[in-house]
Amino acid sequence: MTKYYNEQVETASRDQMFYIQSLALTRKIKQVYDNVPLYRQRMDEAGIEPGDIRSVEDLGKLPFTHKQDLRDTYPYGMFAVPMDEVVRIHASSGTTGRPTVVGYTKRDIELWSECTARALVAAGTERNDYIHVSYGYGLFTGGLGLHYAGELIGATVIPASAGNTARQIQILRDFGSSILCCTPSYALYIADTLRDQGIAPEELNLKAGIFGAEPWTDNMRREIESRLHIKAYDIYGLSEICGPGVSFDCECQNGLHVNEDHFIIEIVDPETGNPLSDGQYGEVVFSCVTKEALPLIRYNTHDISAITRERCACGRTLTRMHKIAGRTDDMIIIRGVNVFPSQIESVLLSIGEVDPHYLIIVDRINNRDMLEIQVEVSQSMFSDSVAELERLEAKIKAAVDSVLGLSAKITLVEPFTIPRSEGKAKRVIDKRKDK
Amino acid sequence: MIIKQVSIFVENRRGRLAEITGIIADAGINIRALSIAETTNFGLLRIIVDNPHEAERILREKGIAASVTRVLAVNVPDVPGGLHRLLKLLSEHNLSVEYMYHALINREENTACMVLRVDNDTLAQQLLTENGYTGPSYIN
Repeated sequence: MTKYYNEQVETASRDQMFYIQSLALTRKIKQVYDNVPLYRQRMDEAGIEPGDIRSVEDLGKLPFTHKQDLRDTYPYGMFAVPMDEVVRIHASSGTTGRPTVVGYTKRDIELWSECTARALVAAGTERNDYIHVSYGYGLFTGGLGLHYAGELIGATVIPASAGNTARQIQILRDFGSSILCCTPSYALYIADTLRDQGIAPEELNLKAGIFGAEPWTDNMRREIESRLHIKAYDIYGLSEICGPGVSFDCECQNGLHVNEDHFIIEIVDPETGNPLSDGQYGEVVFSCVTKEALPLIRYNTHDISAITRERCACGRTLTRMHKIAGRTDDMIIIRGVNVFPSQIESVLLSIGEVDPHYLIIVDRINNRDMLEIQVEVSQSMFSDSVAELERLEAKIKAAVDSVLGLSAKITLVEPFTIPRSEGKAKRVIDKRKDK
Repeated sequence: MIIKQVSIFVENRRGRLAEITGIIADAGINIRALSIAETTNFGLLRIIVDNPHEAERILREKGIAASVTRVLAVNVPDVPGGLHRLLKLLSEHNLSVEYMYHALINREENTACMVLRVDNDTLAQQLLTENGYTGPSYIN
């Protein structure tokens, strides 16, 4: 029987959800207009008053918020409450500029914990589970996000944090960890390490994994499930909205349920910003209608997905978003073709013989973009025959070329030569940027 | 006559071969024969060693793709036409050679030891034994 953390909300009718959202939205718009100078300025410029927003149907009238707005008002300029109400700060890594700083009131921590607790319960977590959190603890939201949710439902939380894989494995084995929370690429790294140490998955007590913080494919899900003998659940989130727990997989693994009583989701055309209909892929936009400290409105995540509002077989009515297909800012444009690393990943995995360890290298030689994909030769795909290996290379090339509509050079490389990530996977090296 | 060979995936990278032979040397394993097949991007190193399973284990431990494969080691008279008679025999019996390299020349017996990979090594071994061929006793 399906268990819910908050059955009333998670199975509310679409009609009920419309009222829940609309009521929260109208209140929130008044709050941000009164308290966040940037929102007041933007709404004034657009000629919109808070009273013009009467229901979710009016959402499209409001301007978008972008990551750059957070950078421009760094660090606290978009907070909607005085700092003495802020009990926690998180920040995203500043690899592409200043870090983005986010804040939480006590109530924000509670609602975030509930959102993530819904994800844990949907993954079958119960009070007697041991939740092994291998997301980093610190400014990154992953560690503490899962931690608080685990405590909220009364499970036993093991704050292993990221890194030191040998110690992680010792804890997994000795402490009886039953739910693993980490990035999907780190889950595969753990699987590799277990195999190298000759530890069978049965020697662990793991039953499920909750994986997020980077995009991954269904093929990768199957790979993790078969190698760790667990059920793998996706969890989605971003610090600007709250952190992990914005949306989550249920046992049907058929789209991520959005906690839309807190975060209203829209899908918009990346070019025009116009809303797209259900099922169409576009940029994911969220409005935080309950958060107090940083209630971003129409925040464009630049993640690419599509939504469905049909009731799920698990009984939840929460809108589902498809697995993230990529990011408009991770997108690489090669000879004018839009390429997402996730496309290459799914091609490699669908070939079956390939372990998902790859690196995309883009370069410009004689004014022509060149795409090279390095693929590690796993023990299982290794063959004593040159012809076999060349066939494998050709097979990968044909599949990649047909999916991307581009010609790629495939290079087979030795196992373990592509750097493994203990955090987010680095999949792309774009040498054109240095030129 | 059927012996074990270790096949190793090697990237075309300066010094890589020496790293691999170093790993094998450090393990105290003796290489008795080797061949390299190369393509533009990678190579396949095939070695005959005194302890193939140990070599495979150690290489894999170092994260190198390696596997033990079966090959035939056949003594061929070290005279003109010696190799030809062997290959003709195989060919007449529809056995195909996938690759071949030579191991050692035995001055006392006046033979050369050839390492062959054929499509059916069990049948090939039977055929060669029936025709008076032997394998070296000193390999693995």
